[in-house]
Formats: sequence, structure tokens, C-alpha cells
Amino acid sequence: MFRNQYDTDVTTWSPAGRLFQVEYAMEAVKQGSAAIGLRSKTHVVLACVNKANSELSSHQKKIFKVDDHIGVAIAGLTADGRVLSRYMRSECINYNYTYESPLPVGRLVVQLADKAQVCTQRSWKRPYGVGLLVAGLDESGAHLYYNCPSGNYFEYQAFAIGSRSQAAKTYLERKFNNFTASSREDLIKDALIATRESLQGEKLRSSVCTIAVVGVGEPFHILDQETVQQLIDTFEIVREEETAPAEPEAAAEQDAATDQASGADQGGAGNQGGADQGGSPMDI
Amino acid sequence: MDTVTESQRTLYPYVTGSSVVAIKYKDGILMAADMGGSYGSTLRYKSVERLKPIGKHSLLGASGEISDFQEIMRYLDELILIDNMWDDGNSLGPKEVHNYLTRVMYNRRNKFNPLWNSLVLGGVKKGQKYLGTVSMIGVNYEDNHVATGLGNHLARPILRDEWNENLTFEEGVKLLEKCMRVLLYRDRSAVNKIQISKITEEGATVYPPFSLKTYWEFSAFKNPTVGAEVHGSLLVVNEMKQNFTWISA
Repeated sequence: MFRNQYDTDVTTWSPAGRLFQVEYAMEAVKQGSAAIGLRSKTHVVLACVNKANSELSSHQKKIFKVDDHIGVAIAGLTADGRVLSRYMRSECINYNYTYESPLPVGRLVVQLADKAQVCTQRSWKRPYGVGLLVAGLDESGAHLYYNCPSGNYFEYQAFAIGSRSQAAKTYLERKFNNFTASSREDLIKDALIATRESLQGEKLRSSVCTIAVVGVGEPFHILDQETVQQLIDTFEIVREEETAPAEPEAAAEQDAATDQASGADQGGAGNQGGADQGGSPMDI
Repeated sequence: MDTVTESQRTLYPYVTGSSVVAIKYKDGILMAADMGGSYGSTLRYKSVERLKPIGKHSLLGASGEISDFQEIMRYLDELILIDNMWDDGNSLGPKEVHNYLTRVMYNRRNKFNPLWNSLVLGGVKKGQKYLGTVSMIGVNYEDNHVATGLGNHLARPILRDEWNENLTFEEGVKLLEKCMRVLLYRDRSAVNKIQISKITEEGATVYPPFSLKTYWEFSAFKNPTVGAEVHGSLLVVNEMKQNFTWISA
């Protein structure tokens, strides 16, 4: 990456008007394994690629329930993600205690963004190294938001973050016009197909992905492995065994190395979405 | 933690409002209160507005200490302002405001510095009607009809008999007027200047004050001593009693 004299702390601007520490934080998000979100008028689905370090270890938890009507999927430094999930849960509970009513997603997301912004303007802090896909329902309908380490947030019809997310995004870009009117089942199917795209040839099994749903009359919950496997089989989107088995193994070794070093969650070491090498990601 | 010195805690109320009565009706909520502010047993202020709209969806009626009601209005004005400043399509409905008030009242009670009010909170949001009450110690509940103070004893029995879900506006107003008339006869701190307000999906309206027609020619009013005809002393009655024959039932 770029090595220069303006990237030592977050409170130093570069002459080009960039905060490199914040941009480096966004890179951490790209190193995490893929997380995908899509929404219809009444439902929001979150999906993520969940690969364990080794066969001996358990999967890294990437999807968190925040309240009955809100859930979040993370990509990047999972420790930062856990802390922010705890904050979100706390805010929801406090609001519910005072007002006997669920906290509107839009307001939670703004609070989260303001919290992230603080870390970009204090010399003794560092930005959170995690991107959050926040899925939730409020009185104005179903919502999907993306919260950046920079303190920006955007609302999306569908989005993907993390490594090899570009493949998923390409698929979503083709299909997103139909999402608003999609049924719950079709939405989940599209989420699984998008996840498969991110796996780049690897076989889609319920052991490598996690799916969560929230909708009108359906509290946020993570689907269990059996259900997911059944859905995969029903949709018949499992790729044939022709794909080279050598590829995933090599990637896994590389992952192990970066993992110890950066503490980021499991994912591809390569950055597939390298389109924004030149421009500042914050200008998006 | 706020520190309040002894002399600043609320010990007793000074200027108080009397009962508030409210009912759900076909299109929303109807609420009534008189415009009196009593200073102890003196009916000192006669144009006190005790019914106020809150945001787009709620109405608040208060009895008890008027200055504490004004303080509550400042809390709510700030709450609604911040809610509006989000400008995001979400808004606090009557249920949320009611619970917020419950928290405020209960917390003050825990600090032994209560807001000396009984509040009625009604409203409509997305077609759902809501009517609730909170007392100065934080007791809160919802119902189809609520009242504060003496209204609980005089108005609610009438409402229990005569309220139904499908009251029209006219029927609702007539029912409330009946309750307010009883309160006017029987509550010494009631004043004959009534305000009625309503809230529907379209919004809140606080009507101009009016006075109730009263009838003082009831025989019980004119002859309160009926049955105690003998004038003088008990001893006179006893003597007369010996001349009566008691019929046992």
C-alpha cells in the first residue's frame, strides 16, 4: 500500500486532502470475508462467507442479532465488530425501556456513524476496522444500510463487502431491480447465489455460509445449518465438482499467515475489488 | 446525579388543576378538563389551559400542580423537537410519549422529588387509538376511558355504564359533558368553564371554552334536611318516638 509521511495518525491530513488512517481502516474491511445484504419491501436477508481457520477450529461469528427487528453482518476486524454490536444492542434496549417501542433502524445507524466519526478526529483513537451491513425494519419499511469506518453510512437495495465481494456485487447489480417485489424465498435464493459468486468456484455448502432473515412479522434470526443446506439443495445451485481442489487450499495457507498478523477474520488474501487503488474510497 | 437541597424538593402542591376525563371514540380520543387553577381552597385562576397537543399524534391533559405541568411541557417540547429534527419519516406516537412520561414521573418519585401531577395521554397513530394515564408516583395503565382525581370516582362509573366502542363525536361529547356536570356539582375545586379537545388521525383540536348548564332545583338540593324534620334536639325526637309504631320489614 502507500507509504508516506502523512499516514502516521488519523488527525493528519495529506496535502491531497485525505486521511490515510481512515482509508487504511477501509482496507481492513476489504480483507475480511464477504458479507452480503439484500432487501425487498418486507424482508431483508444477510448472508456471509464463514470459513474457519482450520478444521479444528470453529467459525468466526459474523452475523449478530441486535434486536428483534435489527441484525448486522460484519466484515473486517471482528473484535471491533463485536464491540459495535454490543453498543447497538445497548442503544436498542435503552430506547425500548424508555419508549416501549423499537428503535428505528435509521436512527441507530446515524448514532453508529457518529460514533465511528469520533474515532477519525481524536489523536488518541483509531478508526474502527470493520464495515457493518445493518438490516432492519421500522415504520417506514425494510432497510439495509452500510456503515463505514469513515463514519459514512449509505442505504442500499443490495450490497456486498469484504474480499471477493465484487463478484457478488456484479450479480446483485444485474438482479436488484426485482428485489423490491421479491418474495422471502426468492430473496434468500438470490442471497445464496450472490454468496456462491463470492466463493469463486468453491462448492456452496451450508458449512461455509451463514444466512439471517428479518421481515414483517418475522423477528431477526439466523437460519440453522440444516435449513440452509436444504435451501441450497432445493435451489440446485451447488456447482459441480470440476473446480480445482488445489485453489482453495493455497488460499487457505495464505489466509493463515495474514490472520496471525492482522487479526482480521478469515477471507481471501487477495483484494479482488482493487478498482479503487488510485482514488480515495471516501469520495464514493 | 442531581443534588437538590431540602428546601427545593416538592413537598406539597400550590396551584392545582382538578380532574381530567378522557374517552376513546370512533375516530380517536376525546378529552375534557375545566380551566380552573385553585390556590388551596380558593378558585384563583379561571383560564388555565390544561389540555395540550404533543407533536402530531398526541394530547396531554394534566391535573395537579400547574407549574409542574408547565415543566413537563418543556420536557416534551424538547423531546418532540429532537424527534422532528431527525427528519426521517419516523415519529414518536402516543405510546412512546406515554412511556417516556412514565419513566420521568417514576424517576422523580424515586428521588423523593415528584412532579405533582396526574397525567392523561391520548392519541392516534396509523389508525391505532391509544389512551393512558400516569400518576405522580409512576403508576401507569391504558384503558378505553380514564380520569384523574375525583373523576375516577364520579366520572368512571358513568363511563363504565355508558361507554361503547362506536361513539360518534356528538355522542362522545355528550357523554363527557355528563361526566363534567357531575364533577361540577360535586367537586369543590371544579369551575364552570370547560374545555374539550379531540385528537384523530388528522390532528388535534382544542375547542374554545364553554360553560355547562346547571340545574339547582333538585329536591335533594332544595331540601337537604328531608327526613330530619324535627328541629331542636335529639331528646325531643326520642319523646316523639314513643308515640310511633315501628313496622319491621
